[in-house]
Amino acid sequence: MTEEKHILTMLVDNEPGVLSRIVGLFSGRGFNIESLCVAETIDPRISRITIVTQANEPLVEQIEKQLRKLINVIKLRDLTGSGSIQREMALICVRAKPEHRDEILRIVDIFRCKIVDMGAEYYTIEATGTAEKMKALTNLLKPIGIKKIARTGTIALLREPS
Amino acid sequence: MKLTGAQILMEVLKEEGVTDVFGFPGGATIDMHNSIVKTDIRHYLARHEQGAVHAADGYARVTGKVGVSIVTSGPGATNTVTGIATAYTDSIPLVVICGQVATHLIGNDAFQEVDIVGITRPCTKHNYLVPSVEELPRMLREAFHIARSGRPGPVLVDIPKDVQKQMTVYKPQQKVRLKSYNPTYKPNIKQIQKVVDLIMEAERPIIFAGGGVILSGGAAAMTQLAHSTGIPVTMSLMGLGAFPGTDPLSLGMVGMHGTYRANMSTAQCDLLIGIGVRFDDRVTGKTDCFADQAKIVHIDIDPTSIRKNVPVSVPVVGDCKNSLEMLNALLADVDLEALRKRHAPWLETIDGWRRQYRMAYAQEPDGDIKPQFVVEKLYEITRGNAIITTEVGQNQMWAAQFYHVDRPRQFITSGGLGTMGFGLPAAIGAQVAFPDALVVDVAGDGSIQMNIQEMATAMQYQLPVKVVILNNRFLGMVRQWQELFYDKCYACTELDHAPDFVKLAEAFGATGFRATRSDEVEAVLRKGLETPGPVIMDFQVAREECVYPMVPAGAPITEMLLV
Repeated sequence: MTEEKHILTMLVDNEPGVLSRIVGLFSGRGFNIESLCVAETIDPRISRITIVTQANEPLVEQIEKQLRKLINVIKLRDLTGSGSIQREMALICVRAKPEHRDEILRIVDIFRCKIVDMGAEYYTIEATGTAEKMKALTNLLKPIGIKKIARTGTIALLREPS
Repeated sequence: MKLTGAQILMEVLKEEGVTDVFGFPGGATIDMHNSIVKTDIRHYLARHEQGAVHAADGYARVTGKVGVSIVTSGPGATNTVTGIATAYTDSIPLVVICGQVATHLIGNDAFQEVDIVGITRPCTKHNYLVPSVEELPRMLREAFHIARSGRPGPVLVDIPKDVQKQMTVYKPQQKVRLKSYNPTYKPNIKQIQKVVDLIMEAERPIIFAGGGVILSGGAAAMTQLAHSTGIPVTMSLMGLGAFPGTDPLSLGMVGMHGTYRANMSTAQCDLLIGIGVRFDDRVTGKTDCFADQAKIVHIDIDPTSIRKNVPVSVPVVGDCKNSLEMLNALLADVDLEALRKRHAPWLETIDGWRRQYRMAYAQEPDGDIKPQFVVEKLYEITRGNAIITTEVGQNQMWAAQFYHVDRPRQFITSGGLGTMGFGLPAAIGAQVAFPDALVVDVAGDGSIQMNIQEMATAMQYQLPVKVVILNNRFLGMVRQWQELFYDKCYACTELDHAPDFVKLAEAFGATGFRATRSDEVEAVLRKGLETPGPVIMDFQVAREECVYPMVPAGAPITEMLLV
């Protein structure tokens, strides 16, 4: 059975230990975590966690059931596919040699990123987009020289009906 | 009225109907233990925290109530982990209360501090670190609610020392509200109808009953279903007692050490109705070959159990008892006699398997004692009425094979985790629950030494548990694997320096008996069972007897090694 990427989003009690329960479930049962994002929602008692995982169909069913079984998981949804908006954010620090500066600016423009810090030798770019866009962006910046990168991992929300 | 945390714990215990608690005090529990002696709740002092938790577990298994344990922080808490994991795997409702260092010391590596909530996260159904006395009553009530509802399990509540002393206004009898925890008790009727449809089509159906049937109180409904439809029943180790073992429709246990007919019928059935089971690897063997001609129905209250190990045609999420009763109600409208008649050829085939191979062993009248013979004699003498607890290994399998239990909650064993040292403390818990019942721990010489200190507990409270040791001076089950699959290399399994169990019994103030030849077995059993108070019976059995049938790990369950 083929493994596919699944974006699982859940509302959880914003309490100590809840993240540990979820992460522990993944490590204890040998499930995979590609990325993980956690922050408070509008209601400070509730946090939203987004996990991207690679799994085949029966395994993702098992992952979802196991997560739902946790007392602190209030609601869970698989947001894989076009019914959701997915974004991630990255801060990318690239080497900015004089001969590359124009190209960097061009890429920043095309990908609608922002340069948020300019050092003598390095520019730091703020980028948001889908995982695919981030991949395309980093592929273009890699030959220029990425010194360091910080990515948030994917967050996602269900699309509202139009 | 303002109460301290420790007093609030007592109030909640009373409200939850707790009458017996198994524990071991320490610096971090003094307040709780001081409060408990001022109530009517009986506290049984174990000799090791693992023993306390197993005793609470045994108590829970025989009564269906929540077992309660109170232990101290640090090593007291870590000693409970095996007991908690045992209960977790077998879905036994427990509330384990741990003392913890005072809140201002948490995280400072204080004396006897350990992050027990962190340690037990993967082996509890849920757990709590109580941050303040205001939160205590809610958390305790939730703990009991979570432990006993849905698929039951252990819940740990870690109460810091200062929280036990703090005072707050206590409001009795508050309701538990958990927004995201809502187990599905009532199955979907459409799914139940599908099960009925499959039953109507099947030529060779079997029921596979597990611990969930017993936990839900569904044994009577289970028996009704089997009798009305004439469908034979096989059981997992945890399911023994869900259906009478002596009933003609009983196939006995299925799996690695299951009966020949149970394994053969599982392989050849065209419908397998799994109720309250997990399809554990010890049952299924190689999953690709498991019931591969059958449509599988799986009824369980825990959705994660369904489709975890085997593919399922009709999943039913619901309480086993409710589901069985709903099935029985729908089946009331069909021609059951015709249904039963239709199963006649299938039952004949099964009977052929039964005649072909029966559990057998050769006992010479005055030779070495065969361990199976001891269990058979025990069964005869007690007329199958004793509450049996077991340790783990060969003793456990022989008890399962030769002590045919007819009642739910009569056969108490660590099924999923396979915890050596479980049987004696579990017997103590069972005896506390039923002081007048005959409670027998079927043990091996290896397992019994793991929690033998609990003999002192049995003596202190005069709990007349009887321990039957099948003493082969080996860690027998591992030795069996070494004999069969590791070229008889008995690495580290010989127990040559066992204590003299008769003298050991006497040292505890109990009574000890010994049998070394088969013609002594019956007399020793009779004397041992009739002697008041705790008794150890040491049966020195044939050393290299194996448990058969045996399916090698990972093989299809039809590939049985037979004697």
